[in-house]
Amino acid sequence: MATDFNFLAGGEAGQGIQSVGMILAKSLLYGGYHIFADQDYESRVRGGHNFFRVRASDREVLALSEDLDLLIALNRETIDLHKSKLKPDGMIIHDREQTQFEDHCNACLDVPLNRLAMQAAQNRLMVNTVAVGAALGLIEYKSAFLESALKKAFAKAGDKIVADNIRAALAGFDFARQHPSGQQLKPIDGAPRRMLLNGNESLSVGMLAGGCKFVAGYPMTPSSSILEYIADKSTRCNVVMVHVEDEIAAINMAIGASYAGVRSMVATSGGGFALMVEGLALAGMTETPVVIVLGQRPGPATGLPTRTEQGELWFTLHAGHGEFPRAVLAPATVAEAFVIAVKALNLAEKYQTPVLILTDHHLASSYNTVPKFDLKQVKIERGALLSDEEVSRLTDYRRHQVTDSGISPRALPSQGMALVVTDSDEHDEAGHIIEDAATRILMNEKRLRKLRGLQAEISAPMIKRMPKAELNLIGWGSSYGAIHEAIELLHKEGIAANHIHLSEIWPFPTEAVTRALNNKAKSIVIESNATAQMAILIRRETGIKVSGNILRYDGRPISPKYIIDNLKKEVS
Amino acid sequence: MVTLQDYAESMHIAWCPGCGNFGILQAFRKAMVELHLEPNRILLVSGIGQAPKLPHYTHGNVLNGLHGRAIPEASGAKLANLELTVIVIDGDGGAYGEGLNHTLAAIRRNIRMTYMVHNNQVYGLTKGQASPTSDLGFVTKTTPMGAGQPLNPLALALASDVSFLARGFAGDIDHLSSILQMAITHQGFALVDILQPCVSFNRVNTFQWYRKRVYKLDEDKSYDPTDKMKAFAKVQEWPDRIPIGLIYRQERPVYEEQFHALKELPLVKQKLDPLDFEAHLDEFM
Repeated sequence: MATDFNFLAGGEAGQGIQSVGMILAKSLLYGGYHIFADQDYESRVRGGHNFFRVRASDREVLALSEDLDLLIALNRETIDLHKSKLKPDGMIIHDREQTQFEDHCNACLDVPLNRLAMQAAQNRLMVNTVAVGAALGLIEYKSAFLESALKKAFAKAGDKIVADNIRAALAGFDFARQHPSGQQLKPIDGAPRRMLLNGNESLSVGMLAGGCKFVAGYPMTPSSSILEYIADKSTRCNVVMVHVEDEIAAINMAIGASYAGVRSMVATSGGGFALMVEGLALAGMTETPVVIVLGQRPGPATGLPTRTEQGELWFTLHAGHGEFPRAVLAPATVAEAFVIAVKALNLAEKYQTPVLILTDHHLASSYNTVPKFDLKQVKIERGALLSDEEVSRLTDYRRHQVTDSGISPRALPSQGMALVVTDSDEHDEAGHIIEDAATRILMNEKRLRKLRGLQAEISAPMIKRMPKAELNLIGWGSSYGAIHEAIELLHKEGIAANHIHLSEIWPFPTEAVTRALNNKAKSIVIESNATAQMAILIRRETGIKVSGNILRYDGRPISPKYIIDNLKKEVS
Repeated sequence: MVTLQDYAESMHIAWCPGCGNFGILQAFRKAMVELHLEPNRILLVSGIGQAPKLPHYTHGNVLNGLHGRAIPEASGAKLANLELTVIVIDGDGGAYGEGLNHTLAAIRRNIRMTYMVHNNQVYGLTKGQASPTSDLGFVTKTTPMGAGQPLNPLALALASDVSFLARGFAGDIDHLSSILQMAITHQGFALVDILQPCVSFNRVNTFQWYRKRVYKLDEDKSYDPTDKMKAFAKVQEWPDRIPIGLIYRQERPVYEEQFHALKELPLVKQKLDPLDFEAHLDEFM
């Protein structure tokens, strides 16, 4: 029997819910579990309702489960909002003094969180740590892993904070151990060591390992944590991160840095990207590599700042005035975000054009266990960048030399005697401003020719076929895990479905998608938006009209349950 | 040996005959020669307008970017390669209108570079509309009721604690060239506002109009360009008397020096090795 255990910790902003969730997740990681965790929070610093869900399994997990085993309630609202999601034998940990929750069910453990925090560490703020300890004590987990997680989490805060937190956690742990629930979660012996990180961290690691040296940004949820992570690493990884005046400056700085020869990146959300669009076209025209990370959240305008959506697929495909080549990549999982970051940096330099990475709040902020990244697999491909020796042999250098591939040999300013000239105006091969029609046609065609090479770089969708499948479930980006698990659950109900998933979207893999959908199964596209953007893109590019859509646009992530419930409606 | 020939015209010049830009281009060339800067060591970044065409009319590395965005483009390039001498060429529309936020941010940030703003108080490229520095009441096709209160970019720069502020005049090439040399060798961000007569669209602020009004600050021995309050007083002088020369200079921390990554080699010369990241992966385990 597979082990699959779901925690939810909830409370107000400011109660340290994220800390509860992370310590819980890390403790389970150290015991050999696969983890999927996500956070749900409001756009506020204090008050409101925040929660953090942690799913632990002895198998790989890539999505949430909405059925809860253990609710850690730091306030009454958490119980009221989530009690209905508890499994029949689900449990609640709370401090009755705080929650005034009088339901004397067997599954409720009243833990004097406040009193234990004061006794153990003379610190009321450590209520959350006591609660984590109690949760793990209740299921008879191994406290040594909890201690390791606390040591790692608070290492930077100093020995006293670490010791206080450990005392507080153990106070909760010991209290709960005296009230055994009968349910146990035992560490898994011999599991390989894994990494636990979220989508933004995975993407940032890919950027740094992939040689990104320059980042400019203006904070915007859900991408701020990319900027913060890279800023934090700037000293030890020799990278420059500039917090700029606005997103317009961000992309133009990144383009300037890239023109001068360093791999550069910007990270923002839809509103910030809207401001960057003019710069996107500049990168297209001047053939300057740049990587843009767009973490989607629900729009239009400010929308729901701390929630998720996939509403900007068309925006990224069509953004920018004029016509120029681009690639659009949308990582499907936390693990893939790392790989896609490296690929994006390589494609941008090889094709000397902008590359967009489309993520969303759900992927950005969800934590997942992944095998340790193999940095030996990271290949830095700089395309037609000339070596110093090659530059020294140049006589008549033309930055925008017309070639069959459309890609011009790239020298850098002051690399040698060659002058590197480029212009946002239409220009000749030498980079100087022109007006004549013949040169315009020549240069326009040269740039667009790069699409041919770019097309060949795009991977086919991930396809998992089932014998006698009645359904093709099609997704893109962060919904991968939910669709994957929905298909497993459907299989148990005797329904066979194929999974077709796109994480490299543009240039559109027309042939591969056409082939994948060329069967008798009913095709349904699953995406987090209201207008079925991928379904329409598929029709535009392949001529295939899918039979149905499962859409979600309430700002919440697509879950396996959401898919199955809606599929039943769709089919009936 | 750098000569004027190294900075000769590289293509046909599309400015109007008699344009103030010709004088500025000459002053620029002279400054490059006197500073012994070879074209391959300089990066000319410009936005859009008549002035930003200047890089095409001489030699150097050129990033002719977007209207109002030359400053961030130049800032990124400079941070990527600190060995480049970066000179930004813009008009009053790009510097004080479309890109004003970037101009102020650049003044605050204080990256080593020179900002030449050809200020002709009118939009030349788009054929004669009002600019942020047009005089009050200046009638154009987009401001038939007359332009509003003009911006005083020099006062704004001082208020933002600019580290180098000067004003030049397109009609005095030697003087402008010496200002540019000071600006280019300054350790920090240098703003040089250049009075540039527009012979096609500004019939008020002509060469003659300026010649009657400009006077050189460096000829006044009592003027101290490190005194900020005096500088504030000077930049209020307009239009009866207009000071040109070095207005204000101070030493301020330079932005690029705060980065550990820039201490030894320019970013562009640093080796890229994915394995360097290995030690950091443990944080996630």
